[in-house]
Amino acid sequence: MSEARDQIFGDIRARLGRGRLDPAANAAAEERLNAHRRNLVPARAASLDHAGQVALFIAEAQAVDTTIARVANAGDVPGAVADFLSSQNLPARLVMTPDPKLDAIPWDARPMLELRRGRAEDSDAAGITGAFAAIAETGTLMLISGELTPTRNNFLPDTHIVVLRASEVVACYEDGWDRLRAAGAMPRTVNFITGPSRTGDIEQRLVLGAHGPRRLHIVLVDDAQSRE
Amino acid sequence: MEPTSHAFKANAHRALGDANLQRAMTMMRTGFPEKRAQAIARLPEFEALRDEGIAIKNHVIAHLDFYLERFEQNVVANGGKVHWCRTAQEARETVLALCRALDAKTVTKGKSMVGEEIAINDFLEKNGITPVETDLGEYIVQIRHEPPSHIIAPAVHLVKEQVADSFRATHTHLPHDRVLEEPRVMTDEARSVLRQKFLAADVGITGANFLIAETGSSIIVTNEGNGDLTQILPKAHIVLASLEKVVPTLEDASTMLRLLARSATGQEFSTYTTVSTGPRRATDTDGPGEYHVVILDNGRSALLGGEFQDMLRCIRCAACLNHCPVYGAIGGHAYGWVYSGPMGAVLTPTLIGIEEAGNLPNASTFCGRCESVCPMRIPLPKMMRQWREREFSKRLSPATQRWGLALWAFAAQRPALYRQVSALAARVLGFFGAGRGRFRALPLAGGWTDMRDMPAPEGKSFMTLWAERQRKTRRVS
Repeated sequence: MSEARDQIFGDIRARLGRGRLDPAANAAAEERLNAHRRNLVPARAASLDHAGQVALFIAEAQAVDTTIARVANAGDVPGAVADFLSSQNLPARLVMTPDPKLDAIPWDARPMLELRRGRAEDSDAAGITGAFAAIAETGTLMLISGELTPTRNNFLPDTHIVVLRASEVVACYEDGWDRLRAAGAMPRTVNFITGPSRTGDIEQRLVLGAHGPRRLHIVLVDDAQSRE
Repeated sequence: MEPTSHAFKANAHRALGDANLQRAMTMMRTGFPEKRAQAIARLPEFEALRDEGIAIKNHVIAHLDFYLERFEQNVVANGGKVHWCRTAQEARETVLALCRALDAKTVTKGKSMVGEEIAINDFLEKNGITPVETDLGEYIVQIRHEPPSHIIAPAVHLVKEQVADSFRATHTHLPHDRVLEEPRVMTDEARSVLRQKFLAADVGITGANFLIAETGSSIIVTNEGNGDLTQILPKAHIVLASLEKVVPTLEDASTMLRLLARSATGQEFSTYTTVSTGPRRATDTDGPGEYHVVILDNGRSALLGGEFQDMLRCIRCAACLNHCPVYGAIGGHAYGWVYSGPMGAVLTPTLIGIEEAGNLPNASTFCGRCESVCPMRIPLPKMMRQWREREFSKRLSPATQRWGLALWAFAAQRPALYRQVSALAARVLGFFGAGRGRFRALPLAGGWTDMRDMPAPEGKSFMTLWAERQRKTRRVS
């Protein structure tokens, strides 16, 4: 297939009326690629302080059918999870990613919550994950794959509960990319999730839970950093 | 698929008489445009973002070789592989070889227009591999053995009763007399059928909305999550992408994504935007073991530097379909191939030839809505006009039309003659039409009068009236 590759690149250059980019143009393109310059970022979120961004995140997420419970600290998370499950008449059985972010939560305080730590299977009806960040601009969660954060946990269970710290809320996607670059190498998968799964493919009528979760519930923890 | 674009007129005629289609299109015509207008009203920067998106695409087009090379380097650096394909045939063979190497029996698919373009499903099936479409709309048209009729809403031409019938005919393991009236119930049924397919698939194939040169990633955007289950559960993830999908950086992709969902469905952001980079990492507990990107040219590089180059900016949002009065009247199947609506009318002749698709650029009222809603401001009406000119100069248009135009051009170049002929015609038609005020039929103009009445001229021609008026004013002054 290298013959195909050569011909495609040859055709592109011939149609553009040049050979390979000259050194100056090449350097300019290289610079553009490595500078990660931002294009226009809408003022909607970027113009707000952090508390405003958290409030915007909540409003945008709720507008696309995400439900949110806001709690004061990690100690309140198990109760909030149990309350949500009972409000939806769901069994208190959950699969939880082995994400260390979830370790500080005193799950034992609610012994009725039956937690299995690990990778989600088809039989798991509900699951809990953390998040890498959350984007205020559109009420979007940003989750990444890794050894302790398998991607399938975001999609297989019918109910997806996300424990999000307020300090993880950023203004825009670009802030998310900055955090990701600072964290190290690009993960296999980055999931931006804006509300529960949906389809309008039959007569444009909105139905939640097409293939991914039909419920997306966020327990938002007002951690110390976000109160400063 | 075998194109039927040459039979556009017959296709369109049939579509106009199809009651189910007309019911479905009525729902479609209001839904999308209203949602788009609301989303854009919420974002004051939308016009400025369009300009930036266009600048990004134009920059990429001018540096396409550079960004494709960088993309490939970074895919390889992350453990993936890029396959370059000049034609649909090469792309089909490549995908088949990858599937065979993995001994694949079933393949799940996220919705991919490039997949439709290369007709991958038929090819895999002929070679003993079962492809399963997983986007709900795409699944519905697959079990009906139909092509998609819309680039983002494949089953938009159907009403729910048709979907129910197809489910009853296909899901024979379920009781035949079950109630299937609500989209909710049908969606649940498809969900449980397809969940088993996701878990059993050996290979997952998706398209790509964007490729990112900086990281060697592909991006897909879905609302259902089907594209995610398609790529994370099987042994390999194959991405089908055409070469103009590449953008430089994650920041550039973010700008494009701000335009895409709003233009397409009127959402602020699609439910799932997924960035995939290489196969699963050594320590990952899930994800595909292999990551392949099949990059298709299929005539696109030939658009560079020519009058249709701007078409390479298209991000397949379907805003032009959603706002087109012609598409809204006849739906996508009448266009006779993979791409429909205004973008299809421009792109299809570049991919399968003006000889086959010459009718498509003629199916436009030139109302200009497509260009005005296109996030990439692609001059679609201008390009359709260019196709018409090419078609005319290649002598592909019907002889009567050519002679008519030649006759008109002869007169139009001779103003005195033109005035005499038009004044005479106005008098003659005015005389014969005076009783009714309109004509139900006219010789040589059946194409017009079959569908509507021709109003009879009420008096003199414009030029005659103008000359008289000029004389009068001169006399007064």
